[in-house]
Amino acid sequence: MNEAVVWLTIFILSVFVGIEVISKVSSTLHTPLMSGANAIHGVILLGAIIVTGSTDSNVALVVGLVAIVLAAVNMVGGFVVTDRMLQMFVRKKPGAKPVASSEGGAEK
Amino acid sequence: MIPTWAQLLYLFGAVCFILALKGLSGPKTARNGNLIGAFAAVLACTIPFFYGDLDHVPLIVAAIAVGTVGGVYGARTVQMTQMPQMVALFNGVGGGAAALVALLELDEIVGAADAGFDVQKFTLVATAFTILVGSVSFAGSIITFAKLQDLMTSRPVVFPGLPVVFGAGILGAIVLAVLQVREANLALGIVLALVGLLLGVLLVLPVGGADVPIVISLLNAFTGLTVAAGGYVLSNTLLLVAGTLVGASGTFLTLLMANAMGRSVANILFGALRGGSTLGGGEVSDRPVKSAGPEDVAIMLNYAERVIIVPGYGLAVAQAQHTLRELVDLLIARGAEVDYAIHPVAGRMPGHMNVLLAEAQVPYEQLIEMDEINDEFKEADVVLVVGANDVVNPAARNTPSAPIYGMPILNADEAKQVVFLKRSMRPGFAGIENELLFEPETTLLFGDAKDTLGKVLTAVKAL
Repeated sequence: MNEAVVWLTIFILSVFVGIEVISKVSSTLHTPLMSGANAIHGVILLGAIIVTGSTDSNVALVVGLVAIVLAAVNMVGGFVVTDRMLQMFVRKKPGAKPVASSEGGAEK
Repeated sequence: MIPTWAQLLYLFGAVCFILALKGLSGPKTARNGNLIGAFAAVLACTIPFFYGDLDHVPLIVAAIAVGTVGGVYGARTVQMTQMPQMVALFNGVGGGAAALVALLELDEIVGAADAGFDVQKFTLVATAFTILVGSVSFAGSIITFAKLQDLMTSRPVVFPGLPVVFGAGILGAIVLAVLQVREANLALGIVLALVGLLLGVLLVLPVGGADVPIVISLLNAFTGLTVAAGGYVLSNTLLLVAGTLVGASGTFLTLLMANAMGRSVANILFGALRGGSTLGGGEVSDRPVKSAGPEDVAIMLNYAERVIIVPGYGLAVAQAQHTLRELVDLLIARGAEVDYAIHPVAGRMPGHMNVLLAEAQVPYEQLIEMDEINDEFKEADVVLVVGANDVVNPAARNTPSAPIYGMPILNADEAKQVVFLKRSMRPGFAGIENELLFEPETTLLFGDAKDTLGKVLTAVKAL
């Protein structure tokens, strides 16, 4: 099999999987889902590491290091901010009434 | 060549990303989904250190550390109200990183071609795509960030020759990309990146503030596809799968969001260019309105049996969620039936309002989505609109020339009484006047939301 066709196959199948897995998302979760997907493409960090690690010119090294910093911001920041959002969605125990003591904790 | 064990680990990572997205689309599994994704991403990034024969390892680790600290700092300190622009920023730097990686890879390819190696055309196509779209995503995201952060006007920016310049830019990009594929050339690649930056700016400038979230989602999908193409260039299956997943789900999510606003993506991107769809200069009307004091509103609320709260972005800006929750708890304790009506795009992004109210520990069960609550407005004694405007603007139903025309809205105008908590008569994010403000059943309560709600709360307690 032609190698390019193998890659194309992976690509096409991934398109279907990508649509299928999120097709039932409720509108409440649109924002965290977008943010989480955003963090996942931060895995370009992996590419940045590979490219930077195999370069021998100084200019390319600097460019590569910049790419690594940017990609790491995307990946790490993305997952952390998504987690912060999702913390808010945790349901309280059923029947538990919000009490006065819960005030202030979340407020800055 | 990538060793088999590493390839298998990449496959494992790809499966984790699929599970992560799956998890993120359900409320109960979302947090775990995110953690699975984070785990897989971190694992994946350690793999090349064990087989890659990498040079410059200390520098690479230092750069990762810098980015990690920056990302964690940004993510932890950002206010929940400012989250949309934070996501835009993270997306932009990701796109920028992908474009830089592709430029570096192009440099290698040029070197290989000079040394007489055969370079596959398809690799060059993917490289050009990554450079171009990565740059578009970077520049576009920076502009969305500036718009949401109020660093520049959130209104559509259009200048006379914009469509021409944009068209010329696209044409230029195609020509450059074709030349680039015919013969790999680093200088051409850099010019291509610059054209991409220009296109990114031009793409987002004409988009109005209220539509910016859709653009963030679209640029997110762009970056995903960029990463996928980068994965092909680097022969890395994980990047290909992860990027494609994000590209596909991001595109689909963009359509879902646009749907929730009753708009088409093309209309959002290019509506302002056609003209006419951006009416409203944001001027303040001097037509008469009925306003009242906190005590009057307290009396109305206290004797209402059915109250519906319509929260908007203004509520969060004033940090009034906690005060509002206290007021609602008190009304419920006095026997009223109170719910929050959540418009799909309340806040700045779909689902943003749920996050903001959850932060104030409003019970999830009191948050009712638009479709479920819209029939109940006609039975409501009082609808309290706090810091929202466009989502209850009847112009969306009646005025075909309004930019929000066609967007589903909350039927607040069917209620017996409507109380607007507003800072001033300024129009909402979409920049158009709200007819509901001038209706006889509407009462306005001016002031800072937190301050005024506090006064209403005190007044209700005293009754």
